[in-house]
Amino acid sequence: MASALDLVLQNPAVWRGNGCAWVAEPSVPTGFPELDVVLPGGGWPAGALTEIYAERPGIGELQIVMPAMARLTQVAERWVTLVAPPYLPYAPALAAHGVNLSRLLLVQAPATDESLWACEQALRAGGCGAVLAWLTHIHERAVKRLQLAAEAGGTLALLFRSARVIPASPAALRLHVSKAESRTVVRVLKRRGGGLPAPVALDLHSILVGRIGMPRAPAPGKARALEALP
Amino acid sequence: MLWLALHFPVLALDVFARGTRETGPLAIASSPGNNAAIFACNPPARRRGVRPGMPLAAACALASDLKVLARDAAQERAALERVAAWALQFTPAVSISPPAEVLLEIAGSLKLFDGLNRLCARLEQGIAELGYGTALACAPTPLAAQLFARAGLPARIQHPDALRPGLGQLPVDVLGLPRESNTLLANVGVRILDECLRLPRDGLARRLGPGLLDALDRAFGHVPDPRPNFIPPANFTAALALPAPVHEAQALLFAARRLLAELTGFLSATGNGVQRLALALSHEDRADTRFTLNLIAATRDLEHLVTVLRERLERLALPCAATAIALESELLLPLPLRTLSFLPDARGHAEAVTRLIERLRARLSEDAVKGLDTTADYRPENAWRTCEPGSGRSAQDTLPLTRPLWLLAAPRPLREISSMPHYQGPLALLAGPERIESGWWDGNDIARDYFIARNPAHALLWVYRERRGDGGWYLHGFFG
Repeated sequence: MASALDLVLQNPAVWRGNGCAWVAEPSVPTGFPELDVVLPGGGWPAGALTEIYAERPGIGELQIVMPAMARLTQVAERWVTLVAPPYLPYAPALAAHGVNLSRLLLVQAPATDESLWACEQALRAGGCGAVLAWLTHIHERAVKRLQLAAEAGGTLALLFRSARVIPASPAALRLHVSKAESRTVVRVLKRRGGGLPAPVALDLHSILVGRIGMPRAPAPGKARALEALP
Repeated sequence: MLWLALHFPVLALDVFARGTRETGPLAIASSPGNNAAIFACNPPARRRGVRPGMPLAAACALASDLKVLARDAAQERAALERVAAWALQFTPAVSISPPAEVLLEIAGSLKLFDGLNRLCARLEQGIAELGYGTALACAPTPLAAQLFARAGLPARIQHPDALRPGLGQLPVDVLGLPRESNTLLANVGVRILDECLRLPRDGLARRLGPGLLDALDRAFGHVPDPRPNFIPPANFTAALALPAPVHEAQALLFAARRLLAELTGFLSATGNGVQRLALALSHEDRADTRFTLNLIAATRDLEHLVTVLRERLERLALPCAATAIALESELLLPLPLRTLSFLPDARGHAEAVTRLIERLRARLSEDAVKGLDTTADYRPENAWRTCEPGSGRSAQDTLPLTRPLWLLAAPRPLREISSMPHYQGPLALLAGPERIESGWWDGNDIARDYFIARNPAHALLWVYRERRGDGGWYLHGFFG
């Protein structure tokens, strides 16, 4: 009986309610296998707009896209454009995450609509593999235009917005990033293929600490002279 | 030998009218001054009744909004030279025949441009893009081609034997003889060239001088007619006077597009690309507005140059209306031909990004678009710099240091409560200290202990404690 049921379930015409329909679209692997599983296409969707809502800045919303950026700039030799970042992107940290700095473009525009225009131009240009934009207070129409521009250029578009109020949006993929204890929790708000999976918890902290090889003091303490950096 | 003649019947008018899209009545006066006569007028003026040869006062009476400009022979000559430079992309043998003709020797270009009809169609389309009205004709001898073009016949005669019937039917005034000769021939009853040929040669020479016979011999190919080749200038300089002062960027772009079309033709002919363009907009009572377009890579793509110029003009603030636009190429570089590939590859991506950077810089500003690079310095705020995009380091051979993805432009001092730093709550120091003492050689020496801290909202921060002076805590970056 179990085998007959398995045969039925393996039929591709049968869609299981909590599963993600197989969406054939080009995508860039995120570098986190547990995140790839819940994303349609197995990664960040190229040629579509992804919105990332972060509860607060600095909880790992940029770190989750770093492996994909490294892959795009090193392996695929495409360019990555950063539009209107809120703080200075620190070049040594980007290089340490594996991003090829000779394929990075930083665009600072005086006003929001200039930044929007710059995003649209970069998305349509076709030479960029990814465009990361930090635009606050933009209209739903503008988001739709970015989505269409991403489709026209086949570029991966990532829009970082604050999660204070989450509006309706025509983006293809919407993620909400928050922190639970020390783990970064990524919750899918909307994706192509339907269904909302369980939130994915990523341990970015240990990746960071593991990379530098420093001991992790769990309890808050005074500034004592701990072991120095090797 | 196959010669193609481009005749510009209304050149005096076109040098002014091609810079604008509006079609109000416009007339050219034969000389500056109040008692001049009308030399040429455009169709809206003709509809009002203005005719060439009419006195200026009568023309102004017929059309009250008639715009009259003085004829500028120097501009016409410069226009012919620029058209000749543009036409060099089709053939190396181009010569100018003032006042209003350009001759191309195209026998060797027929194969490359896929036949005579296609070449003529491309020439007509190109000249229309430059903004001139033209009549085109082909014949085995240059003077015959000129005569056909002046008569307005689109002749495509390729064989010398077919020349006689067609050329013989042309009226005598296409030869451009002085008025006395024309009257004499008309009185005798000679109206077409065929009848001229039937008159006795020595009688014609005695009465009208050797000019007529020489022209007929050259036109029919009995006598060789060498034309000097046109040598293009080393740099491209062009100016376009606008018939009415213009303020909007769109209208300026329309006029500039004509000049850019001439420039790209000139670049095609000489095998170069332009990397720096200087533009000057003249005003009536002020100094010129000048700006330069800096491109990253030399190019001769007309659409890309128009796009970059459009973005730059949108950003430009004109103090008052512009009356003329001038273009000069400042930096020309040879542009080698290269093979294209079927699939997009890294070079195609790099070119697309170069054009993107040029467009962004034209609209935003030169320093709005930058690349990032690391420098060999232990001080965190000096360990990076902005650079030209594409020149950052690609290989990664530095130590695996822990650095935050976001750096604050200036370190933010933190409140210290019971000797613990506070930022949106008490901070827990997770890792550290990393002592950085460096920079004594240029006066910006620092002595700091860096820590990775976590605030109650679980965001990771990069803070440091100053080892000199007050020993305060500062926030320097976020681990994004």
